[in-house]
Amino acid sequence: MYLTKEEERLLESDNPTIAKSMEILVALGEIFGAEKLIPVKSAQISGISYQNIGDAGLEWLESLDARVKVPAMVNPAGMDVERWKEMGIDEGFYRKQMRILKALEKLGAELTLTCTPYYVYPPSYGDHLAWAESSAVIYANSVIGARTNRESGISAIASAIIGKTPYYGMHVKENRAPNILIEVKGELKDADVSALGFQIGNELKHNEIPIFRLPRNLTNDELKLLGAAMASTGNTAIFHVEGQTPEWKDFQMPDEKIEFDIKEMRFECEPDLIALGCPHLSKEELLKVLEILQSGGKKVKRELWLFTSRKISEENKEIVKKIESFRAKVFNDTCMVVSPATEAYECVMVNSGKALTYLPKLRKVNVAFGSLEECVRRALQ
Amino acid sequence: MKIKARVISRGEAEGEVIVSKKKFSFLGDVDPDTGIVVANDSDIAGESIAGKIFIFPSGRGSTVGTYVLLRMKKAGTAPKAIINLETEPIIAVGAIISGIPLLDKPEVDPTEIIKSGDCVKIHALKEGWIEIHDR
Repeated sequence: MYLTKEEERLLESDNPTIAKSMEILVALGEIFGAEKLIPVKSAQISGISYQNIGDAGLEWLESLDARVKVPAMVNPAGMDVERWKEMGIDEGFYRKQMRILKALEKLGAELTLTCTPYYVYPPSYGDHLAWAESSAVIYANSVIGARTNRESGISAIASAIIGKTPYYGMHVKENRAPNILIEVKGELKDADVSALGFQIGNELKHNEIPIFRLPRNLTNDELKLLGAAMASTGNTAIFHVEGQTPEWKDFQMPDEKIEFDIKEMRFECEPDLIALGCPHLSKEELLKVLEILQSGGKKVKRELWLFTSRKISEENKEIVKKIESFRAKVFNDTCMVVSPATEAYECVMVNSGKALTYLPKLRKVNVAFGSLEECVRRALQ
Repeated sequence: MKIKARVISRGEAEGEVIVSKKKFSFLGDVDPDTGIVVANDSDIAGESIAGKIFIFPSGRGSTVGTYVLLRMKKAGTAPKAIINLETEPIIAVGAIISGIPLLDKPEVDPTEIIKSGDCVKIHALKEGWIEIHDR
């Protein structure tokens, strides 16, 4: 890989954090056959829940000594940093999680604690990014037309410190071309969007990029759920939707075509927790939840947890307050997938294909599935 | 004899070699507390990679394995250096943050000429090579 004089110098830096960051980017560039490094507009760092990275990860983060060169955002943590007690998080976990956040803050990262960084710093079409959260990566590439590979937490930190990423994969226009057309017939109901992503992610082969032909246009919130589900069951970093996503017209329609019937997803158990917000809820989704609660006209009978970013919560204080008046809880900074709090429950009902994939694996709970509306209504029963 | 190779993680090391011809994952294939290979299907099952120069073709499996090498380094159970035929990101990044030298794409296949128990020297700085000591 070609390195500028300046980049060569960073590789030899006396500061081990900078030298190692550069070493990581060069190693990845070599492995993936990148010709050079390119500047990124922002970075987004995953793998910051103490539950997932443990003491080894914590101590490594604390050993870093540099400042980020570009805005760096941070994925959800294992708890709401203010209401952790209410979530049933113990003091020991809280302390370790806060040490991780402090280490990231020392690097200059912004503690956005969200998997929806595009609501915090919306990227523009064509921007190069180094993002790690898979659902945010697929959203940025597909819905916004920005360009990012699926980084690891560590490579995203390296990119934040150097301000660059190796030029390969999703950064190169021709690698973003769809190679399989997926025609979906029939009606596309609310819950079908997550189901479609979940099922297609499972079926796509390595390096297959889908373009969807759908019976109707999807909202951005639906595109978010579709992508998150697809990126959790598959390795996908981008998809296109005919007539809708920003790059669908830039490439030839693929020769390979499949007709796809969405199978109804049967995940059933009697939920003792209903959890929405994987990925984190938008203002529109919070409003939708509120409307359903208001039309029900009574307090929830089962635990209903909503997850969003602190930014969205603070911008929509009134909505949050009204939702909580129905005894639902709106937590920030975390989600049902990364927080150990979920493990106190037996059966968790979700509307998210991504949560369906990870909850049984990571939190060892059973899962039930329905649309957002079905989830909220179940909480009222 | 010197074999040229690509530098992935920088450093130098010298020591005894352990060779496996199978793909390896640091998450699950090895006990991080002892450095002993626990994967039943491995050709070096029951042997220790701690403090040795570990030669294997490439990584396999999980993406959450990066921090395991770091844990092993701290516990003193990590390999002293790694040589892959063709490495992959998990092992590469794990080696870099743990300060374990890593070379790959050697100009000749070292698993054909180096055996477990041999002694080699690894140079992985601006240029990379493996030096095989006279037996």
